[in-house]
Amino acid sequence: MRAEAIALPGTAAVLAMSNGEARPLAHVPRHDVASFRRLVAHAPATGRRVSALFACAIDERPSLLAVLADDGGGALELARTTVDGAAYPAITPDNPEVHLFEREIAEQTSLVPEGHPWMKPVRFPPGRGEIGVAPFYRIEGGEVHEVAVGPVHAGVIEPGHFRFQCYGETILHLEISLGYQHRGIERAFLGGPHKRSAVLAETLAGDTTIGHASAYCQTVEALAGAVVPPRALALRACALELERVANHVGDLGALSGDIGFLPAAAFHGRLRGDYLNLTAELCGSRFGRGLVRPGGVRFDVAREVAGRIVERLAAALRDTEDTAHLMWDTASVQARFEETGHVPTDVARQLGLVGVAARASNLHRDVRSTHPHGYYRFVHVPASTLPQGDVFARAYLRFLEVRRSVELLRRELPILPEGPIRGEVPELRPEHVAVSLVEGWRGEICHVALTDARGRFATYKVVDPSFHNWTGLAYACRGQQVSDFPLCNKSFNLSYCGHDL
Amino acid sequence: MGIVIAALLKVAIILAAPPLLLGVIARVKARIAGRVGPPLLQPYFDIAKLLRKDSVISPTTSWLFVAGPAIALVAALIAAALVPVGDGGALWAFDGDFIALAYVLGLARFFTVAAALDTGSSFEGMGAAREATFACLAEPAFVLGLLAVAHATGSVSLSAFLGPSLASVWTGAGASSVLVAGGLLVVLLAENSRIPVDDPTTHLELTMVHEVMVLDHGGPLLGVVLYGAAIKLFVFATLLVKLAVPIHGGALAWLAYLGGLAVAAIAIGVIESVTARLRMSHVPAFLLAATLLCGLAVVLQAR
Repeated sequence: MRAEAIALPGTAAVLAMSNGEARPLAHVPRHDVASFRRLVAHAPATGRRVSALFACAIDERPSLLAVLADDGGGALELARTTVDGAAYPAITPDNPEVHLFEREIAEQTSLVPEGHPWMKPVRFPPGRGEIGVAPFYRIEGGEVHEVAVGPVHAGVIEPGHFRFQCYGETILHLEISLGYQHRGIERAFLGGPHKRSAVLAETLAGDTTIGHASAYCQTVEALAGAVVPPRALALRACALELERVANHVGDLGALSGDIGFLPAAAFHGRLRGDYLNLTAELCGSRFGRGLVRPGGVRFDVAREVAGRIVERLAAALRDTEDTAHLMWDTASVQARFEETGHVPTDVARQLGLVGVAARASNLHRDVRSTHPHGYYRFVHVPASTLPQGDVFARAYLRFLEVRRSVELLRRELPILPEGPIRGEVPELRPEHVAVSLVEGWRGEICHVALTDARGRFATYKVVDPSFHNWTGLAYACRGQQVSDFPLCNKSFNLSYCGHDL
Repeated sequence: MGIVIAALLKVAIILAAPPLLLGVIARVKARIAGRVGPPLLQPYFDIAKLLRKDSVISPTTSWLFVAGPAIALVAALIAAALVPVGDGGALWAFDGDFIALAYVLGLARFFTVAAALDTGSSFEGMGAAREATFACLAEPAFVLGLLAVAHATGSVSLSAFLGPSLASVWTGAGASSVLVAGGLLVVLLAENSRIPVDDPTTHLELTMVHEVMVLDHGGPLLGVVLYGAAIKLFVFATLLVKLAVPIHGGALAWLAYLGGLAVAAIAIGVIESVTARLRMSHVPAFLLAATLLCGLAVVLQAR
């Protein structure tokens, strides 16, 4: 498979590297636009997916850099091209998973992907028109009606605009328009790393504090060539799994709430708090703020605290299983979950879904097992997949992952490696590129950093799993009932600010 | 004199008791979910609070927007006068009053739907369409159910056929009474936007049926809507209790009636706790089942 990619006519080699590794920028092979386009367009055919595709300036020339993930081979492949002129032929028509990346490129630079089927802003940055004002896909007809929801919602949730084209109660098409929370956070990393950069990384998506902070720290550590002590790696992994458990359990509760199944909603809500409190035991913050920093972690865990966490995990898991089984055993719950919001495997692959959404559609996409880094090189987390691709699969998969994660925590916390919790982080190496992937609870978090001649960030690219998955949600709603949209939405539970950055 | 006191007592119950049913339901749901829950009197507090507030009324609306909640409340009060509350007959009884009851409830719905459409909001239009559809399917069950009881007792007034003659129906034609009670319970859940048909506590506009129609109503208007909805629930609960507990005459009848209302509220709370909402496309089948139950009761009676 891999040899095929390299042997494609007119295709130069790619730079293969592993997760959490840095290489000199000069080693990234430069393609002409046609061969770069071919490389990215053929990525799915060769078993690769696009983890990131973004514009940057290399040697002061407008360039595109692609990070392809070869899940089978456990490698990340980098390639770049230089675009002369104001336009290049869009890749999206041949590989739809890059459609949002190309819209982003067009928005952030003056490059135009020619032939992109749906060119409109992603985040409406200042000077690019009024936020949310853009043409929407529209279906005309006497019986067709349009329902617009948001950006201000009835619940206390993040802002996003949803435009439904409906025929009676059936959704023909849903278009999601985000960008209301664009903070320019990628730009804030430039010239860094600053002292505040780790704090910024934690706020990329507040519910994925550990995930994004870990991805940021792995990037910095790779560029600096820092050695992180094993105990710190173990604590990061434990915090990441606690974050996963808390959010998955919260999602199960939210899914129950959406279908009016109140006992499960209430109990899962309470249990989410229990798991968050365990993260607070680790570092004093329920969301893990201030724990993960370049070089290691800031708080150690005493043996008796670890023991207490393990005990409380056992109790919490017992309650979680009881409550979850109440859901799986209630026919009216299953009637709502099953066959709602179906995303077939081939569509999930075409759209480049990651994380829970991908695994629920039978795609084996879990960075922890395909591109392990940090403590996951030492502990194996079996990835669960389900074939159905519906709301039930996304819900049940969360339950399976909660079990796996708690199992891992209960196994690892009593036998944490001894030693220091923080290592030295030297200066960053100049003109290097580092890619760091972390399997956050939503899915693959990808951070890519390029350093300049002084070893400062010249480009910092963040890809939150939500960036890949929002289109999956839009697809899942096709042909569904309007009244099932909130349920489909919860089953993905995507981040608005992680997308808006 | 006794008649006047009994009538005043009934008026007092009709005006004061309905929000308590909502309070009991909320408390039961909270307890089952492991929470303490709001005070039993919370619905009264809510209504009192809303009545003290100001309203913001969209300039795109017409008089219908204000008339909707008002007419719905008056219609609910008339409906309450038509059903036999407590012991003895209704405040207002006449031949064929059960048909009038169905129409009065229909009138309330018509104006609620009209007020919703009046706002021009796509949400409320959607809710209005849902409400109208489900009401069309619930109404046959309601009328057929009452028809079965009317036939069994040989009378055409609610006060008569839910009166003392009902006891003989339970011993003579128990099967059809059970069917009617089952059918009316489904109608009660559907008409009062309870789970599994609707979720009265959801904040998700896209999934709402009844709630979404009154999204634009606020302040006193919303208070009136809530009060009217409580009375409507009270009407249906009274029908169900009077049908299921055929005890008449004296204090025992009052006790059975009030106890029956409490049990009905608790039962609704339990049903809402142990079931999830139906997928909206399955609601018609649920209501059709109620129609079939009541239709079967009529067939059993008429054979």
